[in-house]
Amino acid sequence: MAVSAFLTDATLCIGCKACEVACKEWNEVPEDGLVLSGFSYDNTKALGASTWRHVMFLEQPEVAGPQMADTEDPFRWVFLSDVCKHCANAGCLEACPTGAIVRTEVASVFVQPDVCNGCGYCVVSCPFGVIDKRPEDGRAFKCTFCYDRQKAGLIPACAKACPTQSIRFGDLEELHERGERRVQELRDRGYDDARIYDPRETSVGGIHAFFVILGEPEAYNLPPAPDVPTVYLKSAWTSALVSAAVIVVLICIAFAFQSGGTF
Amino acid sequence: MTPATKLKATEERLEEIRKSAGETSRPADSLQPLASPENAKPESYYGLPALKPPTWTWEVPLYFFLGGIAGMSACTGFIAQLFHGGSALIRFCLWTGLVGAALCPLLLISDLGRPMRFLNMLRVFKLRSAMSMGAWILVAFSNCVFLAVVCFELLLRGFTNPMLIGLLWLGEASAALTGLLLAGYTGVLVGATAIPVWSENRTLLPAHFLTSGFGGAAAILELAGFLIPATQILGFAASGIETLIEILLQVRKRPVDSPLHHGRSGRALLIAGLLEGPAALLLRVFFGSDPTGRHVVAAVFLIGSLLSRYAWIWAGRASARDPGALFQLQHKS
Repeated sequence: MAVSAFLTDATLCIGCKACEVACKEWNEVPEDGLVLSGFSYDNTKALGASTWRHVMFLEQPEVAGPQMADTEDPFRWVFLSDVCKHCANAGCLEACPTGAIVRTEVASVFVQPDVCNGCGYCVVSCPFGVIDKRPEDGRAFKCTFCYDRQKAGLIPACAKACPTQSIRFGDLEELHERGERRVQELRDRGYDDARIYDPRETSVGGIHAFFVILGEPEAYNLPPAPDVPTVYLKSAWTSALVSAAVIVVLICIAFAFQSGGTF
Repeated sequence: MTPATKLKATEERLEEIRKSAGETSRPADSLQPLASPENAKPESYYGLPALKPPTWTWEVPLYFFLGGIAGMSACTGFIAQLFHGGSALIRFCLWTGLVGAALCPLLLISDLGRPMRFLNMLRVFKLRSAMSMGAWILVAFSNCVFLAVVCFELLLRGFTNPMLIGLLWLGEASAALTGLLLAGYTGVLVGATAIPVWSENRTLLPAHFLTSGFGGAAAILELAGFLIPATQILGFAASGIETLIEILLQVRKRPVDSPLHHGRSGRALLIAGLLEGPAALLLRVFFGSDPTGRHVVAAVFLIGSLLSRYAWIWAGRASARDPGALFQLQHKS
């Protein structure tokens, strides 16, 4: 199976937000408010039901990177376009009780809007805080990986609109190699904290939309060791069954000395 | 427009977005600097939530509460049947289960973003989704308890028939089994999520919800006038276990449990824990011999039990909004 992937490179992003605009236009995603956040030029703040690409603006204390030097407190300005990770083991997909969330033939995670009934369980099951319920609509939405475009042989709208190739779309294996090469190249050029963000060692088992970032993932609100919540099922069900057994014994004891007749 | 020209137009539009973005944006170091971000926490992205808070509305915690009582009532009824606990009590237990089973789906459906699509819950049977299991458990419980009630009422009205008695036992036994699952799965549902304060309490939650459930079922019986030794014993047991849980929560102060101790959720959970646990226990010790006292204790326990379900949902919301606690937890493991 061909696995489609995004490689989003923070070191190439110029913060133009063309990906946000292209995504909204192509997918006809409703606007979700115009509020000035005060967090650098980021007024989008987070991914959500109506934000499927989100450009982050990090202002970090002076470290190697694109510098804002002519200021009182020089800082490195880093941009990154965040997106649904299309996890290999996706929490939302596992949690969905209707089968609305499916794995497509390009291995992406897709929410079928004609099936979703808006139960909200995917929202609390995503370890990356991506998918959300659109209140005015009632259903859950997230990045579709431009499944419709991919079916027509086109690349996703965000990748197409990216002017710097910060967003690359292609085969997962190929992009893994490209990412490794890019990190090596950056390190050779002195970006010592360049790294790939792709939690392959965790129960998530890797993501199909992975990133080249500078610095710690936490600075991008990317969890350092995410887990797919199904790994918690065993201990939770065990507790439920053991507790239930104990309680049955308790109720038996309570009624053992009781006699009132029945059928 | 034909599909081909439409596609051409949209592709040209994406091209246009790309070009204009490339022209108007310049490399970072040629832009004017912004003020230094004093409000930025270095360990997260401006302290913004890294997870989405639960979207569940007021119906869901109420459902947890009612489902727990309904399920454990049916279970209590069956065990009472086994030990000849009296037909009035068994009948009341089964009816409590049935009323609960009727109310629960209404609450769940009205919480859905698309209530008309509630039947989509039964499109698939997914062991790996606690929500899917819950939907099936509720359907199974409703059917079993309905069967039990119908058989019981027919037998009461003199339709004595060995088949009917067999069906009654079948209905009661399966309602007891699915009732236990109904009262317990909600703890699994909440525990097996990405919300740190829930997942880190995933073994505690089912135990707590089940205890709350059987204590609630006993409390309803007491309020209905079944002031028998059995409900007294169950009342003592439930508030005793809840006291132990409250002590555990107070002693074990983990950073991830911060929403259980601070803010609105922390206050609500403390009150709920005190009501269900020590308050109910002490009231029962001192006033448990008095009928009015037992009614009061039962009411206190029920209020604590209901509030506790809300408090846990509120704690989940607070937990989702704290990226620091999430990252700290993941660094430890």
